[in-house]
Amino acid sequence: MQEQTIQQRLLNDFQRDFPLMPRPYAEIAGRLGVTEDEVLIALRELTEDQTISRIGAIIPPNTAGASLLAALAVPPAQLGEIAEWVSSLPEVNHNYEREHRFNLWFVVNASHAEHLDDVLRHIEHRAGLPVLRLPLLEEFHIDLGFPLEFSGFS
Amino acid sequence: MNLIRLEELFADPRDLALFHALQEGLPLLARPYAALGERAGYTEDEVIARLEAWRTSGLIKRLGVIVRHRRLGYLANAMVVWDVPDTEVRRVAAELCQRSFVTLCYRRPRRGPDWPYNLFCMIHGQDRNRVESQVRQLIDDCGMASWPTATLFSSRCFKQRGARYIPENRMVSSVRHGQYA
Repeated sequence: MQEQTIQQRLLNDFQRDFPLMPRPYAEIAGRLGVTEDEVLIALRELTEDQTISRIGAIIPPNTAGASLLAALAVPPAQLGEIAEWVSSLPEVNHNYEREHRFNLWFVVNASHAEHLDDVLRHIEHRAGLPVLRLPLLEEFHIDLGFPLEFSGFS
Repeated sequence: MNLIRLEELFADPRDLALFHALQEGLPLLARPYAALGERAGYTEDEVIARLEAWRTSGLIKRLGVIVRHRRLGYLANAMVVWDVPDTEVRRVAAELCQRSFVTLCYRRPRRGPDWPYNLFCMIHGQDRNRVESQVRQLIDDCGMASWPTATLFSSRCFKQRGARYIPENRMVSSVRHGQYA
């Protein structure tokens, strides 16, 4: 197997169980056989080029605050415009076009249920379209991160 | 849904401040937990102890590098949905979760004839044909051929970032000031 680069190992090996100690990047550097500065520089580059969203915490839905998967069936001619202002709402964190009559899919996060409902009613009012509300009822898969295949990708 | 207000979950205001600071991500500084602590009013050791406790309790499901898969060539991103009889949904979900290419699997409510689906899974792939064959394989292997299904590939990503749980008072004040009008 081809040896992975420092950047590939940073992307793949530290998606979970991030070291909880005063100098976590020094700990990672030790495991990779490089310096703490090299780890920090590589992570800054990966953040700047948007390969990494952040080093952060995944919170299960609805344990803190309220969240909901929502969709709109937008007339194609209006999709760009509506998608743009939906993305601009601070409560919306994912917003995708998907190939379906329901063509705009987004996740809304709020501090509690009434706040969530306010945001959804605002979107319905402004778009003039009903929002498909799909709250999580049960999560079956534990998010263990995202195993990356680097073959064919440099 | 069992919804909890953040203010109730975090009785100590320092915990709420730490939670909000963490949502922006761990600073890329030699001592990131000390930096988070400065914003929350905790020492470095206290931050580490709080995060350890949250990870143990399950409030934090995963702490680490969060990648943007689209930037890594994972452009064939499919949400696959089925209308599975309620009595079968857990069995099928357990089987779907066995597949390494299924990254998430959820049950959600059906919404009438427009949206009859109750089981969702996500497949992130680099190649659309391969994802399509993975979906066919799932349907064969898990005995799902008789149930209504749809595969929704994402074609454009307008926004992708971590969840931010905006405090209610910010929302209300921005509505009043017309940001949402």
